[in-house]
Formats: sequence, C-alpha cells, structure tokens
Amino acid sequence: MSGTVPAAPQAPAVAPTLAKPEMKRTREGFGHGLLDLGQKRPDVVVLVGDLSASTNVSFFAEKFPDRFIQVGVAEQNMMCVAAGLAATGKIPFLATYGAFASCRSADQMRVTVAYSDLPVKIGGAHGGISVGPDGATHQAMEEIAIVRSIPNMRMIVPCDYWETRKATVAAADDPHPNYIRFGRELVPVVTGPDTPFAIGKANVMREGSDLAIIACGVMVYEALVAAQELASRGIHARVLNVHTLKPLDHEAIARAARECGAIVTAEEHQIHGGLGGAVAEAVVQSHPVPMELVAVHDRFGRSGKQDELMTAFGIKAPDVVRAAERALARKRAR
Amino acid sequence: MPRLGMTVPELQERALFVRRDIVALLARSQSGHSGGPLSTTDFGTVLFFHEMSVNPRRLDDPARDMWHFSIGHVTPVIYSLMGERGYFPLADLLGFRQFHGHLQGHPSKHDTPGIEVSSGSLGQGLSVACGMALGSRMDGLKRRVYCVTGDGEQQEGQIWEAAMFAAHYKLDNLCAVIDYNRKQIDGDVQDVMGIAPLADKWRSFNWNVIDVDGHEISAILDAFERARATRGKPSVVLAHTVMGKGVSYMEDDYKWHGIPPSREQADQALREMGTNLEEWTARLESHTQPEIAPAGVSS
Repeated sequence: MSGTVPAAPQAPAVAPTLAKPEMKRTREGFGHGLLDLGQKRPDVVVLVGDLSASTNVSFFAEKFPDRFIQVGVAEQNMMCVAAGLAATGKIPFLATYGAFASCRSADQMRVTVAYSDLPVKIGGAHGGISVGPDGATHQAMEEIAIVRSIPNMRMIVPCDYWETRKATVAAADDPHPNYIRFGRELVPVVTGPDTPFAIGKANVMREGSDLAIIACGVMVYEALVAAQELASRGIHARVLNVHTLKPLDHEAIARAARECGAIVTAEEHQIHGGLGGAVAEAVVQSHPVPMELVAVHDRFGRSGKQDELMTAFGIKAPDVVRAAERALARKRAR
Repeated sequence: MPRLGMTVPELQERALFVRRDIVALLARSQSGHSGGPLSTTDFGTVLFFHEMSVNPRRLDDPARDMWHFSIGHVTPVIYSLMGERGYFPLADLLGFRQFHGHLQGHPSKHDTPGIEVSSGSLGQGLSVACGMALGSRMDGLKRRVYCVTGDGEQQEGQIWEAAMFAAHYKLDNLCAVIDYNRKQIDGDVQDVMGIAPLADKWRSFNWNVIDVDGHEISAILDAFERARATRGKPSVVLAHTVMGKGVSYMEDDYKWHGIPPSREQADQALREMGTNLEEWTARLESHTQPEIAPAGVSS
C-alpha cells in the first residue's frame, strides 16, 4: 500500500444525486489529468497508438506537442518504447484500448515494464462492456485479472470523471508501473473534485453494517443505487469503492467483512480473477463471510447500447440488489 | 567520462579474456547458452572497451551511453563484459544462474546494477532502445544508444515495429547490432524461418546498414565510426559472425545455442585459448573488487 496516504473518509464522500446524476466520461478525466500533469511535470510524456481522440490524449498533444509521441498501430512497440523512455527518467503515459493494452502487449508489460519495475503508466481506454456497439473484440473485460497477476503492477479502476483525473495525476507520483482503466461512455459522477484519493486506499461511499457492497469503476454508481433501494427496505449497506485493485486495501475490506458480515462485489469485468476474486482472496485470509459476485459470467460481450448490455450481462443495480438478498440470506443462515 | 579507446591488440586480448570468462562461468553453472555469447564477444568487446562511454562507478551518469541486449539469453557474454569492464568483481561470474548470486539467467535490472532494463523475451529490446534514444534526444543529450539483437530474433514482428519507429523519428543516436551467426536454437536460420535478404529489409525500412565481419576488430571499430557519423537515420551493423567462435568443437554448430560445455569440454576449450579451467577459474576467484582487471595474466 502507498506510504503517504490520507485516511479514508469515514463518512460518505459525496452525497450523489442518484436519480439524475451528472454524466461525464472517464476518458475525459484521463485527458484532463494528463493536462494537469503536463503543466506541473516536465518529465511526463505521452504515447499513443493511433487513438489520440478516442483516448482523449489529444488534449495533451495540442498543448504539449514536444512531449507527445505518436507510435502508430503498434501496441507492443509502444509498451517497450515507454519502458526505454522511463529508463531515461521520463514518466511515460501510454494510451490505447484496454483490450490491446492488457492482452496484446501483456508480455511486454510483464517482461520489460514490470520485471524492470519501471514507472510506465498504462492508460487502458474502452474498458468494460459499456463500450457498446463495437462489440466483443473491443470490450476489455480481462484487464484486472491479467494486470494484477503481474508482480510490481498497480491496477486502478476509477469510478468516474473526477476519480480518473485524480488517479492519472497520482500515478505520476508512484514509482511503479500502473494500469488505469477507464471507459468510453458517459457515466454518473459520484465523487467531487475534493473527494480524497490515494492509490491503494479504498473509499467508503456510504455507511452501513448489514452488508458491504464492494465495487469498482462504473459499478460504484450501480452499488449506490442498489444501496438506496436496500435502504428503503430497512437494509443498510455499506458501499466501498475499491478503485485500486492492486495494491488492495486489505484493511478496509477486512473491516467491511467484520462489521457487515456479508459482502457483494460488483464489477464490469469477467468473474474470474477480477475484483470479486481479489476480495475473496483477501476475505478468506482475514474474516470469511458469505460473498456474492456481480460480474460478467465468463462470456464475450456483443454489440448493443451501454444500458441494454449491462442489463443483459447482469451488472445493473437490480442485479446487485438480488445478490445482496442472497448474501443476506446466507448470513442469516449461519 | 572519456571512452577507454583501447588499441586493436588490447581489444583482441580483452576479447580473449571475455571468451575465457564465458567458458569458465558456464563450466561452473552447468546451465546457460554458449554459442551466441561467443559469436557476440568481439563486437561486444569493442562496444564496452572502445566505442561506448560507460561509467561503472556511477551507473546513472547522465553522460553515459546506454546499451541494451535484446537477446537476453547471451548473459554469459553480457556479464563477462560487465565484469571485465569493472561493473562488479569478476569472481561474481562464478555465481551465474545460482540462487544466491546476482547474475540471473536473463538480464535483470534489479539484480544486476548496470542493466538498464530487464530483457529475455525476444523482439522487445529494439523498442526499448528506441525509447532510450528518443528520451535522450528530448533531453538534448549527446548520448548514443546501442542495442544488440539476434538474427533469429528478426523473426519477431515487434522488431519491425521498432524499425519503423526509429526511422520515422530519425533516431541517428541509435545503433543496432545484429549478431548474424546464421543459427538459432532449432537449426539454421534459413531452414527455421528465412530472414534473407536481411540488409535489404533494413535498407527498405530507411536504416543505414553496415555489413561487417563480426570477428575483425579493426573492421568493427570502423563500422561503429561510420554509424556514429551517420545523420538523419538510425544505423544497424550486420555483424557476420560464427556461432561458438573460438571453441573448435562449437563453431558453426547450432546445437551449442542453448547448452553449456561439460567441465571436461570447458577445460579443452580453455586449453585451445591458452589457459585451462583450473587456472582461469582461479583468476576469476582472485578478482574480488569491481575493477578493470590488469592484462597479462595467462594471456
């Protein structure tokens, strides 16, 4: 876990308007985070694999053309060029779609970047099924499993615009390689510019002790909606935003298990090796409790709209509510 | 931090030392690659003892040239060059591939100070060198970057991604060297997966191509001078070499790509090189300080 981190907020960080939330793109948070960095850190350089506009690194390219490196359609080369730049003291951020960043250049990430523990910052755009019409090839849903299995890697899945922006800026200060996953579509804003963010430190988004919903990415919003629905039935769910999958906030997760006695995880990712797996690994070693996992069940995605896909693949708020009911039933039966 | 600038006879002698080191360390480890390290030895020696400015006493010296072996499996020559150049005591070579040593089977940045970036998965290193060259140029440094690649490695697609990148960005501070020994682990390169015409391929990717006898020290010196003088494009030195060079029973035999000599075979090889296993191992053991070991010992 990061050494110099402020304490996680114990009260809800922001009381979001869940019914009509402000909508913003996480990729814009990445683009704006790079602009923040461009101004304050001359050692930050940005590489892209022919996807400037759709990863929003075009913002940086316009403002800092001398520190912007177009690599063309060559993700493997890009990963290693970034490593070479890091060896000269640069803080390189690279951007491409998560499907390519995590899978196509996985060996380059493992051998050249992670084994050397170089501060390469990987921006994985178009994460999750919410990418929509592009279909299965472009809907990255394996990044958490791949990245967190590689030593030295840090894996961050921010929940909204502000958190992506803050994660991007925070990654530059981290001496290790980082992977930041963000999406394409508009997603609800559930944090604010002043919400604390530290790599490796989970945020409590809503207090409760009947069960804990542990979520990352866009599923933090779905978890908050589910918690509100559960509250109307007298069930008080804690919502924990585990934006950093690695290093995992074992302390916050163990506390959630101990104080709530049941856990639901929620992620826009394959069920194998993702947030659910990571939390389960942590919980079985600290305080085992009944757990239910909301995730994509070992399937490739397909073309469609964001909402209809999330519904069809079982990762909307009602799915979280049903999982909560199952977890609570198991908790009561113990 | 001036270059050492050794003379041709001095370089020939140091290359002989490096070859002896390679055989002696492999005899001890009984694990590792023989053929490629021995074909790489002569131009490697020119790089470390003449061409490159390196500073083993200050590894982050901003004035240093940078080097990267994309063929990570030739660690026997990498470590022997580093040991002879004073990065660490020569005695450490005898810990090659051992659990308690600091010399991993493939180069590891965090185990072996002086290794800039770990390597071992073929095809990746030229891209790394591109990043080093571009980053150095962005900082306005005069630094040159050298990348050693293999001929079998030319079969990796990423090599050509990097070739495109370096030419596109006109990285004339980058010099690649291909150890063109015509052998790879499964056999002759032309039988496994042909790469000819290799010089034409690199020329068509807009590189300055320099063919050279990779065992002729004076020709290698000249090749690096020509690369240094080239402006506006990266250079690649096609070093025509012989796998297992210097050991009679290994020369030009692909079966020696990935295996070490037995102790008896190593002793025979070292006798061909004017010493023997016991004597040369003792020389390594006696150098417990990181320094450029004096010449004239058993030479």
